[in-house]
Amino acid sequence: MIEVKNITKIYQSASVETIALKDVSFSIQEGEFVAIIGPSGSGKSTLMHILGCLDTPTNGQYFLEGKDVSKLSEAELADIRKNKIGFVFQSFNLLRRTTVFRNIVLPLVYANVPKNKRAEIAKRCLLAAGLTEKHFSHLSNQLSGGEMQRVAIARALVNDPLIILADEPTGNLDSKTGDIILETFRDLNKQGKTIILITHEKYIAEKAKRVICIKDGEIVEDVFNHSSSKEVKKIKE
Amino acid sequence: MLISDLFEETYFAITANKARSGLTILGIVIGIGSVIAMVSIGQGAAGSIKSNIEAMGPNLITVTPGSQQTFSQVMAQRGSAQTLTIEDGEAIAENILNVQAVAPELSQRYQAVYMGKNTNTQITGTTSSYLSVKNVELALGSFISELDTRLSLKVAVLGPTTRDDLFGEEVDPVGKTIRINGINFKVIGMTQPKGGTSFGSQDDVIFIPITTVQKFLAGVNHVSTLNVQAISSEVMSGVQNSITNLLLRRHNISDSSLADFSVMSLEDITEAVTSITNTLTILLAAIAGISLVVGGIGIMNMMMTTVTERTREIGLRKAVGAKRSNISLQFLTESVFLTFIGGIIGILLGIGLAYAVTIFTGMTTKVSLYSIMLACGVSTTIGIIFGYWPAQKAAKLNPIDALRYE
Ligand SMILES: Nc1ncnc2c1ncn2[C@@H]1O[C@H](COP(=O)(O)OP(=O)(O)O)[C@@H](O)[C@H]1O
Ligand SMILES: [Mg+2]
Repeated sequence: MIEVKNITKIYQSASVETIALKDVSFSIQEGEFVAIIGPSGSGKSTLMHILGCLDTPTNGQYFLEGKDVSKLSEAELADIRKNKIGFVFQSFNLLRRTTVFRNIVLPLVYANVPKNKRAEIAKRCLLAAGLTEKHFSHLSNQLSGGEMQRVAIARALVNDPLIILADEPTGNLDSKTGDIILETFRDLNKQGKTIILITHEKYIAEKAKRVICIKDGEIVEDVFNHSSSKEVKKIKE
Repeated sequence: MLISDLFEETYFAITANKARSGLTILGIVIGIGSVIAMVSIGQGAAGSIKSNIEAMGPNLITVTPGSQQTFSQVMAQRGSAQTLTIEDGEAIAENILNVQAVAPELSQRYQAVYMGKNTNTQITGTTSSYLSVKNVELALGSFISELDTRLSLKVAVLGPTTRDDLFGEEVDPVGKTIRINGINFKVIGMTQPKGGTSFGSQDDVIFIPITTVQKFLAGVNHVSTLNVQAISSEVMSGVQNSITNLLLRRHNISDSSLADFSVMSLEDITEAVTSITNTLTILLAAIAGISLVVGGIGIMNMMMTTVTERTREIGLRKAVGAKRSNISLQFLTESVFLTFIGGIIGILLGIGLAYAVTIFTGMTTKVSLYSIMLACGVSTTIGIIFGYWPAQKAAKLNPIDALRYE
């Protein structure tokens, strides 16, 4: 479903040139649960942004459902983000002082989903993310960190995306809450969603079906069983 | 994005910071309000001057001494030249078709006295036709008759203000004797109140036979104005031309550009006054317009701040699928909405101000639909113009950079 071929990303700022990704290639099938690990600054987020159509590679090709999306215009990328991708951020990125309901239906607003259908969709997705519609009228700033991330996950689900991308979704949460969030992703995966998440935590990497490790912009390891991964073992508890 | 979503987002954005939105709107309110109030004052002045001029008499043509053709210059020269006579007026009445009546006039200010009460008032010498020509009505007694004029009798018809000054209100002055410039006059009547004009009260006046003014008060043979009434408004310009030709012949002048008199219809005067008041209105509106521009800059300032504050939010919206057009439209709607609310309140404020001006200063004001529409148009345009740049700035943001923004 996802096929990345020789992707390179170079950031050009004033005088310095940062090579964030060097000739990266891999593919991901429908229904996979992939953890991307690697040290800070290795290019994980950069890769995630390209997979999420938030950014385009400097070189190389990215096929999403067989279609090359690496050369699309801004507006076409926006359409793909709207219809095929659900993004979950480390810092939640909820609308401030706004109700849970309005946060969840935000993608539906841009997808022109009729108003009378939104509550139903929001309810289903919030339930899938582990909260109930009782939270609809809560303001985003009245929630705990774990609840905020669940709302963010519900928001990522409303457009029924092909893939859910999560950039360190548990990075701002304590390990217990992180565990609950991880279970949420596992449930979604069991229901058939393709999930790619970036993590620093060993227990999360261990629960993934596949682990890709990136260092200095290059894939150094790509294994389907974490017990065979040297990199996962290296992560301290 | 559905229209209702756009409006909902706008509502939430504007109410999120009520104080700031309120102050920004206030800038527009003051701008629009002052434009409407100023224009209403200007147009009110124009309207009252016009209606006063029209009240001077129907289908009136005035012939004044002096060679100039324009209104303001005639005003300056009036009275100094001494080229028109009662005979000119009689000739016009006799020889020119479509002339209803001619009322010659010679006006000067004198002191009038009755039993120790004094007033300095305008003495207007005229004839019996003055009543119909100048649209004046009698309240008491009778007006100057032809016989009075022929015999230069010392009779006087008082204006209501003059009656109040000399006799007191509600007193019947008919039959009493007053002194004008030391000469005794018998009061034979009083006119109805006509109201003031911008040139002075039409009620503070004493009418006496024109021949009496010429012989006993002024000691001259000329008149200051010939008031000619045409039979209808359609024949006005024809009558004006005939008067000019007749007087040129009577005064032995062959070149019309050297004419020692000028012929003007009320329309000409109204036109001249209108052009002056229009200039005044534009000036007032321009001054008020400056505050509108300042209000617009307030909008831009607020929108720029909002865009900066909401950079992360813009990034998020883009990440979930918002296009450039969605973002720019949202911010544009916000600024247009702010100016629109400001415009509506501003119109109400403007109408209120105009009303207050009328109550407290007595000035006539006129709030026209035109000025309201102009204000609405201007405020919406300001919303678009001053909102466009911030909206573009927001729309162009790269989603990742925007999300990273601290
Ligand atoms: N917008 C940018 N401009 C310039 N350099 C960038 C930008 N984003 C990331 N980088 C650089 O690219 C490299 C990879 O960054 P990133 O993908 O965020 O790493 P990670 O998420 O693995 O910590 C880093 O060296 C970072 O400094
Ligand atoms: Mg990162």
